[in-house]
Amino acid sequence: MKKLLAAFWRRLRSPSKAAAGVVLGMGFLGGILFWGAFNTGMEATNTEAFCSGCHAPIVAEIRETIHYSNRSGVRAICSDCHVPHEWTDKIVRKVQASKELVAYMLGTINTPEKFRARRAHLAHREWQRMKNNDSLECRNCHNFAYMDFSEQGRRSVKQHSTALAKGEKTCVDCHKGIAHRLPDMSGIEGWQ
Amino acid sequence: MKSLIRNLSIGLALSIGSQVVVAQEPSADGDGDGIARVSHGGLHSLRGRHELDETQPAEPLKPIPRDRRPYPSDYIFQPPLIPHSIRGYELSTNANKCLSCHSFRRSVESGATKISVTHYATREGRVLSDVSPRRYFCLQCHVVQADADELIENSFKPVDSLR
Repeated sequence: MKKLLAAFWRRLRSPSKAAAGVVLGMGFLGGILFWGAFNTGMEATNTEAFCSGCHAPIVAEIRETIHYSNRSGVRAICSDCHVPHEWTDKIVRKVQASKELVAYMLGTINTPEKFRARRAHLAHREWQRMKNNDSLECRNCHNFAYMDFSEQGRRSVKQHSTALAKGEKTCVDCHKGIAHRLPDMSGIEGWQ
Repeated sequence: MKSLIRNLSIGLALSIGSQVVVAQEPSADGDGDGIARVSHGGLHSLRGRHELDETQPAEPLKPIPRDRRPYPSDYIFQPPLIPHSIRGYELSTNANKCLSCHSFRRSVESGATKISVTHYATREGRVLSDVSPRRYFCLQCHVVQADADELIENSFKPVDSLR
Protein backbone atom coordinates (compact mmCIF):
# COMPACT_ATOMS: atom_id res chain seq x y z
CA MET A 1 0.00 0.00 0.00
CA LYS A 2 2.76 2.41 1.02
CA LYS A 3 4.69 1.51 -2.11
CA LEU A 4 1.68 2.18 -4.27
CA LEU A 5 1.14 5.66 -2.73
CA ALA A 6 4.83 6.50 -3.18
CA ALA A 7 4.64 5.51 -6.86
CA PHE A 8 1.53 7.64 -7.34
CA TRP A 9 3.22 10.65 -5.69
CA ARG A 10 6.31 10.23 -7.88
CA ARG A 11 4.08 10.11 -10.94
CA LEU A 12 2.36 13.36 -9.90
CA ARG A 13 5.73 15.09 -9.34
CA SER A 14 7.44 14.04 -12.56
CA PRO A 15 6.60 15.92 -15.78
CA SER A 16 4.20 14.20 -18.12
CA LYS A 17 5.43 12.76 -21.40
CA ALA A 18 2.14 13.78 -23.07
CA ALA A 19 1.90 17.09 -24.90
CA ALA A 20 0.78 20.15 -22.92
CA GLY A 21 -2.41 20.37 -25.02
CA VAL A 22 -3.44 16.84 -24.07
CA VAL A 23 -2.78 17.53 -20.37
CA LEU A 24 -4.77 20.78 -20.55
CA GLY A 25 -7.57 19.02 -22.42
CA MET A 26 -7.69 16.32 -19.80
CA GLY A 27 -7.83 18.95 -17.07
CA PHE A 28 -10.61 20.76 -18.89
CA LEU A 29 -12.61 17.57 -19.33
CA GLY A 30 -12.00 16.57 -15.73
CA GLY A 31 -13.22 19.99 -14.65
CA ILE A 32 -16.45 19.64 -16.57
CA LEU A 33 -17.02 16.16 -15.15
CA PHE A 34 -16.30 17.30 -11.59
CA TRP A 35 -18.52 20.36 -11.86
CA GLY A 36 -21.33 18.35 -13.40
CA ALA A 37 -21.08 15.69 -10.72
CA PHE A 38 -20.98 18.35 -7.98
CA ASN A 39 -24.08 20.10 -9.26
CA THR A 40 -25.92 16.84 -9.87
CA GLY A 41 -25.06 15.77 -6.34
CA MET A 42 -26.30 19.05 -4.91
CA GLU A 43 -29.50 18.90 -6.94
CA ALA A 44 -30.06 15.37 -5.62
CA THR A 45 -30.19 16.85 -2.12
CA ASN A 46 -32.94 19.20 -3.35
CA THR A 47 -35.43 16.49 -4.25
CA GLU A 48 -38.55 15.63 -2.27
CA ALA A 49 -37.37 12.05 -1.89
CA PHE A 50 -34.15 13.21 -0.22
CA CYS A 51 -36.00 15.55 2.19
CA SER A 52 -38.45 12.77 3.07
CA GLY A 53 -35.54 10.70 4.32
CA CYS A 54 -35.75 12.58 7.64
CA HIS A 55 -38.75 14.92 7.38
CA ALA A 56 -41.28 12.42 5.98
CA PRO A 57 -44.32 13.53 8.04
CA ILE A 58 -43.85 17.20 7.23
CA VAL A 59 -43.28 16.51 3.52
CA ALA A 60 -46.60 14.65 3.34
CA GLU A 61 -48.45 17.61 4.88
CA ILE A 62 -48.08 19.79 1.81
CA ARG A 63 -50.49 17.56 -0.10
CA GLU A 64 -53.53 19.17 1.51
CA THR A 65 -52.39 22.67 0.64
CA ILE A 66 -52.64 24.87 -2.42
CA HIS A 67 -48.90 24.60 -2.99
CA TYR A 68 -49.39 20.95 -3.94
CA SER A 69 -52.87 20.65 -5.40
CA ASN A 70 -54.53 23.52 -7.23
CA ARG A 71 -56.48 24.44 -10.36
CA SER A 72 -53.50 25.16 -12.62
CA GLY A 73 -51.22 22.28 -11.64
CA VAL A 74 -48.20 24.41 -10.74
CA ARG A 75 -46.64 23.19 -7.54
CA ALA A 76 -43.77 23.90 -5.19
CA ILE A 77 -41.41 21.30 -3.77
CA CYS A 78 -39.48 21.60 -0.50
CA SER A 79 -36.41 23.24 -1.99
CA ASP A 80 -38.45 25.95 -3.75
CA CYS A 81 -39.20 27.47 -0.35
CA HIS A 82 -36.47 26.14 1.92
CA VAL A 83 -33.35 26.49 -0.25
CA PRO A 84 -32.26 29.83 -1.74
CA HIS A 85 -32.17 29.87 -5.54
CA GLU A 86 -29.08 32.08 -5.91
CA TRP A 87 -25.95 29.94 -6.18
CA THR A 88 -23.88 31.54 -3.41
CA ASP A 89 -26.80 31.67 -0.95
CA LYS A 90 -27.58 28.09 -1.85
CA ILE A 91 -24.05 26.93 -1.00
CA VAL A 92 -24.22 28.79 2.33
CA ARG A 93 -27.53 27.08 3.16
CA LYS A 94 -26.18 23.69 2.12
CA VAL A 95 -23.14 24.10 4.37
CA GLN A 96 -25.46 25.07 7.25
CA ALA A 97 -27.49 21.98 6.46
CA SER A 98 -24.48 19.78 7.11
CA LYS A 99 -25.31 20.36 10.78
CA GLU A 100 -28.58 18.61 10.13
CA LEU A 101 -26.64 15.47 9.22
CA VAL A 102 -25.49 15.34 12.85
CA ALA A 103 -29.14 15.56 13.93
CA TYR A 104 -29.84 12.68 11.56
CA MET A 105 -27.08 10.55 13.14
CA LEU A 106 -28.36 11.40 16.62
CA GLY A 107 -31.93 10.63 15.53
CA THR A 108 -33.23 14.00 16.78
CA ILE A 109 -36.57 13.71 14.94
CA ASN A 110 -36.65 10.05 13.99
CA THR A 111 -40.00 9.29 15.64
CA PRO A 112 -43.32 11.16 15.27
CA GLU A 113 -43.23 11.99 19.00
CA LYS A 114 -39.75 13.50 18.82
CA PHE A 115 -40.77 15.37 15.69
CA ARG A 116 -43.88 16.84 17.34
CA ALA A 117 -41.84 17.95 20.33
CA ARG A 118 -39.36 19.73 18.07
CA ARG A 119 -41.81 21.09 15.53
CA ALA A 120 -42.14 24.53 17.15
CA HIS A 121 -38.34 24.93 17.25
CA LEU A 122 -37.99 23.99 13.57
CA ALA A 123 -40.84 26.26 12.52
CA HIS A 124 -39.54 29.25 14.47
CA ARG A 125 -36.14 28.89 12.89
CA GLU A 126 -37.61 28.83 9.40
CA TRP A 127 -39.92 31.82 10.06
CA GLN A 128 -36.96 33.79 11.38
CA ARG A 129 -34.91 32.93 8.29
CA MET A 130 -37.73 34.06 6.00
CA LYS A 131 -38.25 37.26 7.98
CA ASN A 132 -34.56 38.07 7.76
CA ASN A 133 -34.42 37.69 3.97
CA ASP A 134 -37.79 39.48 3.41
CA SER A 135 -39.50 36.23 2.39
CA LEU A 136 -37.15 35.83 -0.53
CA GLU A 137 -38.26 32.29 -1.33
CA CYS A 138 -41.92 33.40 -1.54
CA ARG A 139 -40.94 36.24 -3.80
CA ASN A 140 -39.08 33.94 -6.16
CA CYS A 141 -42.56 33.10 -7.52
CA HIS A 142 -44.93 35.67 -5.98
CA ASN A 143 -43.69 39.02 -7.26
CA PHE A 144 -45.37 41.98 -5.55
CA ALA A 145 -44.86 44.18 -8.62
CA TYR A 146 -47.16 41.96 -10.69
CA MET A 147 -49.95 41.53 -8.13
CA ASP A 148 -53.32 42.57 -9.60
CA PHE A 149 -55.34 43.87 -6.65
CA SER A 150 -58.53 43.80 -8.72
CA GLU A 151 -58.17 40.01 -8.88
CA GLN A 152 -57.63 39.66 -5.13
CA GLY A 153 -60.22 39.36 -2.39
CA ARG A 154 -61.11 42.36 -0.24
CA ARG A 155 -59.20 41.06 2.74
CA SER A 156 -56.09 40.38 0.67
CA VAL A 157 -56.09 43.83 -0.95
CA LYS A 158 -56.41 45.47 2.44
CA GLN A 159 -53.22 43.84 3.71
CA HIS A 160 -51.19 43.77 0.49
CA SER A 161 -51.81 47.37 -0.56
CA THR A 162 -50.83 48.75 2.84
CA ALA A 163 -48.52 46.80 5.14
CA LEU A 164 -46.84 44.73 2.42
CA ALA A 165 -46.53 47.62 -0.05
CA LYS A 166 -44.87 49.83 2.57
CA GLY A 167 -42.52 47.03 3.56
CA GLU A 168 -43.81 47.07 7.14
CA LYS A 169 -44.61 43.41 6.89
CA THR A 170 -43.26 40.57 4.85
CA CYS A 171 -45.11 37.55 3.44
CA VAL A 172 -44.28 35.15 6.25
CA ASP A 173 -45.60 37.55 8.92
CA CYS A 174 -49.13 36.54 7.93
CA HIS A 175 -48.69 33.47 5.73
CA LYS A 176 -47.53 30.92 8.26
CA GLY A 177 -48.45 27.28 7.87
CA ILE A 178 -49.31 27.67 4.20
CA ALA A 179 -47.60 24.40 3.29
CA HIS A 180 -47.49 22.60 6.64
CA ARG A 181 -49.52 22.21 9.78
CA LEU A 182 -48.69 24.65 12.53
CA PRO A 183 -46.97 24.19 15.88
CA ASP A 184 -48.51 25.60 19.07
CA MET A 185 -49.20 29.22 18.08
CA SER A 186 -49.87 30.69 21.51
CA GLY A 187 -47.73 33.78 21.97
CA ILE A 188 -46.96 34.19 18.26
CA GLU A 189 -47.55 37.72 16.99
CA GLY A 190 -50.79 38.01 15.04
CA TRP A 191 -52.28 34.77 16.34
CA GLN A 192 -55.24 34.30 18.68
CA MET B 1 -62.57 -22.34 10.25
CA LYS B 2 -63.58 -20.76 6.95
CA SER B 3 -65.53 -23.84 5.85
CA LEU B 4 -67.24 -23.95 9.23
CA ILE B 5 -68.50 -20.38 8.75
CA ARG B 6 -69.61 -21.19 5.22
CA ASN B 7 -71.54 -24.25 6.38
CA LEU B 8 -73.13 -22.25 9.14
CA SER B 9 -74.21 -19.50 6.79
CA ILE B 10 -75.62 -21.99 4.29
CA GLY B 11 -77.57 -23.56 7.11
CA LEU B 12 -78.80 -20.15 8.23
CA ALA B 13 -79.80 -19.22 4.70
CA LEU B 14 -81.71 -22.49 4.29
CA SER B 15 -83.52 -22.04 7.57
CA ILE B 16 -84.75 -18.52 6.78
CA GLY B 17 -84.92 -19.07 3.03
CA SER B 18 -88.68 -18.74 2.84
CA GLN B 19 -88.65 -15.27 4.44
CA VAL B 20 -85.82 -14.01 2.21
CA VAL B 21 -87.77 -14.83 -0.92
CA VAL B 22 -90.55 -12.49 0.20
CA ALA B 23 -88.16 -9.52 0.36
CA GLN B 24 -86.64 -10.24 -3.03
CA GLU B 25 -87.65 -8.48 -6.20
CA PRO B 26 -87.67 -10.44 -9.46
CA SER B 27 -84.35 -8.86 -10.51
CA ALA B 28 -82.76 -9.10 -7.07
CA ASP B 29 -80.68 -12.15 -7.99
CA GLY B 30 -80.29 -11.47 -11.66
CA ASP B 31 -76.82 -12.90 -12.09
CA GLY B 32 -77.80 -16.16 -10.47
CA ASP B 33 -74.91 -16.35 -7.97
CA GLY B 34 -77.29 -17.03 -5.12
CA ILE B 35 -76.51 -13.77 -3.28
CA ALA B 36 -79.50 -11.54 -2.75
CA ARG B 37 -78.95 -7.88 -3.69
CA VAL B 38 -80.17 -5.06 -1.44
CA SER B 39 -83.18 -3.16 -2.67
CA HIS B 40 -84.38 0.42 -2.12
CA GLY B 41 -87.91 -0.90 -2.57
CA GLY B 42 -88.74 1.92 -4.98
CA LEU B 43 -87.96 4.66 -2.45
CA HIS B 44 -86.59 7.98 -3.60
CA SER B 45 -84.49 9.74 -0.95
CA LEU B 46 -82.15 12.74 -0.76
CA ARG B 47 -79.37 10.58 -2.14
CA GLY B 48 -81.55 9.65 -5.11
CA ARG B 49 -82.80 6.25 -6.22
CA HIS B 50 -79.59 4.40 -5.49
CA GLU B 51 -78.88 1.02 -3.96
CA LEU B 52 -76.99 1.03 -0.66
CA ASP B 53 -74.24 -1.27 -1.90
CA GLU B 54 -73.41 0.82 -4.95
CA THR B 55 -70.92 3.66 -4.79
CA GLN B 56 -72.28 6.77 -6.41
CA PRO B 57 -70.08 9.29 -8.20
CA ALA B 58 -69.54 12.28 -5.91
CA GLU B 59 -71.34 15.51 -6.68
CA PRO B 60 -69.00 18.25 -7.88
CA LEU B 61 -68.00 20.60 -5.06
CA LYS B 62 -70.03 23.79 -4.94
CA PRO B 63 -68.09 27.01 -5.45
CA ILE B 64 -67.72 29.02 -2.24
CA PRO B 65 -67.73 32.83 -2.40
CA ARG B 66 -64.11 33.87 -1.92
CA ASP B 67 -64.76 37.13 -0.17
CA ARG B 68 -68.01 39.05 0.30
CA ARG B 69 -69.88 41.24 2.80
CA PRO B 70 -71.32 39.57 5.93
CA TYR B 71 -74.62 37.70 5.45
CA PRO B 72 -77.63 39.13 7.28
CA SER B 73 -79.00 36.99 10.12
CA ASP B 74 -82.18 34.99 9.60
CA TYR B 75 -83.09 34.45 13.25
CA ILE B 76 -82.07 35.70 16.68
CA PHE B 77 -78.95 34.00 18.07
CA GLN B 78 -78.01 32.65 14.66
CA PRO B 79 -74.26 32.00 14.52
CA PRO B 80 -73.13 34.40 11.77
CA LEU B 81 -72.27 32.66 8.49
CA ILE B 82 -68.74 32.79 7.10
CA PRO B 83 -68.74 35.09 4.05
CA HIS B 84 -65.30 34.09 2.77
CA SER B 85 -63.24 31.08 1.71
CA ILE B 86 -61.47 29.26 4.54
CA ARG B 87 -59.39 26.88 2.46
CA GLY B 88 -56.17 25.98 4.25
CA TYR B 89 -57.13 27.73 7.51
CA GLU B 90 -55.88 25.58 10.35
CA LEU B 91 -58.24 25.01 13.25
CA SER B 92 -56.62 22.65 15.72
CA THR B 93 -55.41 22.52 19.29
CA ASN B 94 -52.22 24.17 18.05
CA ALA B 95 -53.64 27.02 16.03
CA ASN B 96 -56.90 28.83 15.35
CA LYS B 97 -56.68 30.87 12.18
CA CYS B 98 -60.18 32.32 12.67
CA LEU B 99 -59.17 33.99 15.93
CA SER B 100 -56.19 35.66 14.30
CA CYS B 101 -58.73 38.11 12.82
CA HIS B 102 -61.93 37.65 14.84
CA SER B 103 -60.60 37.58 18.43
CA PHE B 104 -61.17 40.57 20.70
CA ARG B 105 -57.51 41.52 20.49
CA ARG B 106 -57.12 41.15 16.73
CA SER B 107 -60.48 42.42 15.45
CA VAL B 108 -59.60 46.09 16.03
CA GLU B 109 -56.72 45.90 13.57
CA SER B 110 -58.28 43.42 11.14
CA GLY B 111 -61.71 45.05 11.00
CA ALA B 112 -63.35 41.62 11.14
CA THR B 113 -66.51 40.87 13.10
CA LYS B 114 -65.57 40.34 16.73
CA ILE B 115 -66.58 37.08 18.42
CA SER B 116 -69.33 37.66 20.98
CA VAL B 117 -68.74 37.66 24.75
CA THR B 118 -70.73 34.44 25.00
CA HIS B 119 -67.62 32.67 23.67
CA TYR B 120 -65.85 33.42 26.94
CA ALA B 121 -68.43 31.75 29.17
CA THR B 122 -68.39 28.17 30.37
CA ARG B 123 -71.46 25.96 30.29
CA GLU B 124 -72.18 27.05 33.88
CA GLY B 125 -72.02 30.70 32.90
CA ARG B 126 -68.65 31.43 34.50
CA VAL B 127 -66.70 33.98 32.43
CA LEU B 128 -63.12 32.98 31.56
CA SER B 129 -60.16 35.15 30.61
CA ASP B 130 -59.94 33.62 27.14
CA VAL B 131 -62.17 31.77 24.67
CA SER B 132 -63.88 28.87 26.40
CA PRO B 133 -62.74 25.45 25.14
CA ARG B 134 -66.33 24.56 24.29
CA ARG B 135 -66.49 27.55 21.91
CA TYR B 136 -63.01 27.16 20.43
CA PHE B 137 -63.88 25.07 17.36
CA CYS B 138 -65.58 27.77 15.30
CA LEU B 139 -66.80 25.50 12.49
CA GLN B 140 -69.12 23.63 14.84
CA CYS B 141 -71.54 26.55 14.47
CA HIS B 142 -70.15 28.94 11.85
CA VAL B 143 -70.08 27.61 8.31
CA VAL B 144 -69.22 28.79 4.82
CA GLN B 145 -72.05 29.14 2.30
CA ALA B 146 -72.22 27.73 -1.19
CA ASP B 147 -74.58 28.99 -3.86
CA ALA B 148 -76.76 25.87 -3.98
CA ASP B 149 -80.41 24.92 -4.31
CA GLU B 150 -82.35 24.08 -1.15
CA LEU B 151 -82.28 20.37 -0.40
CA ILE B 152 -85.92 20.58 0.60
CA GLU B 153 -88.11 23.40 -0.62
CA ASN B 154 -89.30 25.53 2.29
CA SER B 155 -90.98 28.82 3.02
CA PHE B 156 -88.83 29.98 5.94
CA LYS B 157 -88.91 33.71 6.57
CA PRO B 158 -86.78 35.66 9.09
CA VAL B 159 -88.54 37.16 12.09
CA ASP B 160 -89.93 40.68 11.61
CA SER B 161 -87.09 42.44 13.45
CA LEU B 162 -84.51 40.95 11.09
CA ARG B 163 -86.37 41.44 7.85
